[in-house]
Amino acid sequence: MSATVSERRIAVAAQRKHSLHRSRMWALWGSYIALSVFVVMFLVPPFYTLMTSLKSSAEISAQTGSPWLVHHPTLENFWYLITYPNFQRYYLNSVIVTILTVAVSMVISVLAAFSLSRMGFWGSQTLSTGVFLTYLVPPSLLFIPLFQIIGQLGLINNFWCLVLLYPTLAVPFCTWIMIGYFSSIPKELDEAALIDGAGYLQMLWKIFIPVAMPGIIAATIFAFTVSWGAFLYPLAYLYTSNQMVLTVGIISDLIRGDVFQWGKIMAACLLASLPPIVIYAFLMDYYVAGLTAGATKG
Amino acid sequence: MAEVSCRKVIKEYDAGVQAVKGIDLDIADHEFVVLVGPSGCGKSTTLRMIAGLEEVTSGEIWIDGDVVNDVPPRDRDIAMVFQNYALYPHMSVFDNMAFGLKLRKFPKQEISRRVDEAARILDITPLLDRKPRALSGGQRQRVAMGRAIVRNPKVFLFDEPLSNLDAKLRVQMRTEIKKVHQTVRTTTVYVTHDQIEAMTLADRVVVMNGGNIEQVGAPQELYHRPATRFVAGFIGSPAMNFLPCRVQDGANGGLAVRVTDSIMLPIPPNRADRYGKFKDRSMVLGLRPEHLFEYHDQAKPGWTRVELPVDVVEPMGMETMVHFFVDGVPVCARVDPATHAEPNEMLPLTADLNQMHLMEPETGRVV
Repeated sequence: MSATVSERRIAVAAQRKHSLHRSRMWALWGSYIALSVFVVMFLVPPFYTLMTSLKSSAEISAQTGSPWLVHHPTLENFWYLITYPNFQRYYLNSVIVTILTVAVSMVISVLAAFSLSRMGFWGSQTLSTGVFLTYLVPPSLLFIPLFQIIGQLGLINNFWCLVLLYPTLAVPFCTWIMIGYFSSIPKELDEAALIDGAGYLQMLWKIFIPVAMPGIIAATIFAFTVSWGAFLYPLAYLYTSNQMVLTVGIISDLIRGDVFQWGKIMAACLLASLPPIVIYAFLMDYYVAGLTAGATKG
Repeated sequence: MAEVSCRKVIKEYDAGVQAVKGIDLDIADHEFVVLVGPSGCGKSTTLRMIAGLEEVTSGEIWIDGDVVNDVPPRDRDIAMVFQNYALYPHMSVFDNMAFGLKLRKFPKQEISRRVDEAARILDITPLLDRKPRALSGGQRQRVAMGRAIVRNPKVFLFDEPLSNLDAKLRVQMRTEIKKVHQTVRTTTVYVTHDQIEAMTLADRVVVMNGGNIEQVGAPQELYHRPATRFVAGFIGSPAMNFLPCRVQDGANGGLAVRVTDSIMLPIPPNRADRYGKFKDRSMVLGLRPEHLFEYHDQAKPGWTRVELPVDVVEPMGMETMVHFFVDGVPVCARVDPATHAEPNEMLPLTADLNQMHLMEPETGRVV
């Protein structure tokens, strides 16, 4: 009798395992399918861009054959852009603006985050929340009143106005990430440093920044991305070619009247995407680690 | 000279909550003083006020003859060892220990000499190039102590440094700390909730409870002559037995302590004067488990036979702890492991009443 009881128990257990296994299989397949849809959705535009950038204008306007394939690949679009002085100017302006924006944003964010998270002065909690809330105001609303301010400063049609404006996009979020990251550093570390004889700035430089480096890298990558790819502000404030950055330069220069030079536009987009791609490729792990580490204590 | 004093020190938080309610404490040069007490008694707060990490609400902290209330921690010439080590994770052991000296612009050779000396004392010389994450708990704690030693301060402050270590390591590190104090005779203030650490390490123990100092004294004095019920129950492991009782006239003309109708314990004659004025009053009898042991036929003065019903027997190897209930009050006795004790049997015991304590139930004062 005990044999049949134990046999039945084994059968029930096996069936439970079987159904658990089955529901796990369903979940796995479901997520693969959903992920495939997303991958296709996100990779199709870059793929199309790449294909189009390798086509001559003749092939594009001919519109014969599949648009997804290149029949006569050519590098003339890329070559044209690399030797085109205006495009070189846009690249240079983008690089200058981005480097300066990242530098300014990081200095402000790190100092602000350190004082807000560590120096516990009256109102610091409200200020921290306020800093983050400013991030929620859409830039598309702000650019109109900012136009007046930039005008009064005489910086319309001057790319230095971007060095002034881009930090307003980057600093709130970067500060918020850094506050989360700094808060996760145990307070005893401060106290040990205080007793060892460090002042606040020494504490920041010698201890907080090295320990919080993943978070700092993540914030730097964010500031870089925001400033490299910003479109609305340069569109609103820059008119002449020699002041433009890549985002507006490409569309204003390569679209002549109603003629879209698609091959060149796509090639320009790819060339403009190179720096972010390279940076993400090398620093992706830091980015993810920095964001998630800050988030768990934030 | 590096004496530390607290004069009427009070720490009050915003809601009117007083963590430290006015304490007076004098610590002599080279002395190892342990602040001990349960969680929330104010010992860590007191330590942090001495370090300068907390503001003193009122009162004065003196270090080496100067009032240091407004002096920042870096200028008080103190060094602190934290419960969770607080080592700088991105620096090597050498850099961790050298950090304070580098900030104070010591020459490289001097830094090297001091770090190597401290590493030698603490036996961590092979670890100097490692980062903290590559060290075990005990090693990290030694590095934290090394960081304090190289500074050569006037006062060492320890904030529950062994609480994060496992039991065996704690015992080992306790000895290390005692050896370090014998070598480097700096004034030390040590905070712990473990009374065994207090007893083994301290020159003097300060027992704190609820923001007040209950008693200050050498470990043996606190053990043999506790001033309050709290100290009596806190010091000594396992804790002292407390039994409600009454002082009455005893069988042979002397005084006796009546615990229950069947348990009357004669008070030794040399205490009759002291306890006489408490006759017929409800008091609390305190007797340590080690003074309640297996019955011997050879009686000594002050020893009394008593029989109690066994509840639980705990063999510990070196001794056996036997637990009883007397009128619902738990009692513990420490007996020889060879003693035969079974639950629900009566076990004859000897009570050494030369070691008894009598307390007022209302105030907890030991009389």
